[in-house]
Amino acid sequence: MPYYETVFILRQDISATQVETIADSMAEVLTSDSGKISRREYWGLKTMAYRMKKNRKGHYVLFNYDAPIESVREMERLMGLHEDVLRVLTLRTDDLPEEPSVVMANRNDRGGRYGRDRSDRPRVEKKPEPRVEQKPEAAAPVAEKAAPAAEQGETQ
Amino acid sequence: MSFDGSAGGGGRRTFFRRRKSCPFSGPNAPTIDYKDTRLLQRFISERGKIVPSRITAVSTKKQRILDRAIKRARFLGLLPYVIK
Repeated sequence: MPYYETVFILRQDISATQVETIADSMAEVLTSDSGKISRREYWGLKTMAYRMKKNRKGHYVLFNYDAPIESVREMERLMGLHEDVLRVLTLRTDDLPEEPSVVMANRNDRGGRYGRDRSDRPRVEKKPEPRVEQKPEAAAPVAEKAAPAAEQGETQ
Repeated sequence: MSFDGSAGGGGRRTFFRRRKSCPFSGPNAPTIDYKDTRLLQRFISERGKIVPSRITAVSTKKQRILDRAIKRARFLGLLPYVIK
């Protein structure tokens, strides 16, 4: 059986639990005839780049699966009839990915970005070290005071 | 490096810039995916148009794939058709 990928967008006014029930019913259609879903993602309520049937936002759901074409057609037909479904895109794929898609990966990246900015800060604090090295050199000609000066430099 | 062409090339070639290589070719190049809006965004203009490959140096083959990916992203509302 060929591999497919489907992304569909649901109306903004429905709740996340309703999204799950719709996604479940669509998944059932796919798996009813020996189909298998390898990846299922809910991207959340995303702001769309333009208005779709008067919706500014939409619930995005992604499926990656292996199913016969008949059940894919049936799922697309049902989605077309469903009032909450704004748009459906089904594509054939070469593989069946299981790891999270770029959309999910980018979400996690956002947290990492802020972490990076903070890690840059400690670099400025390296300056005091060269000053300690200069002190013993200046104190070297005076033989008697050289030893205590060096000790002070090390303790600082 | 960019001045070499104008200085050493004589009068014929007044301006010469080395052709940049395709950003999607070679090792550890990113894969073009219509879901990856952050990547695709670099190849659309401020108005939302697809930037020609002569500017971005994307190879013809990859430009075709990129073109399709951007259009798919637009269909799903991940990228805009026009930015007003």
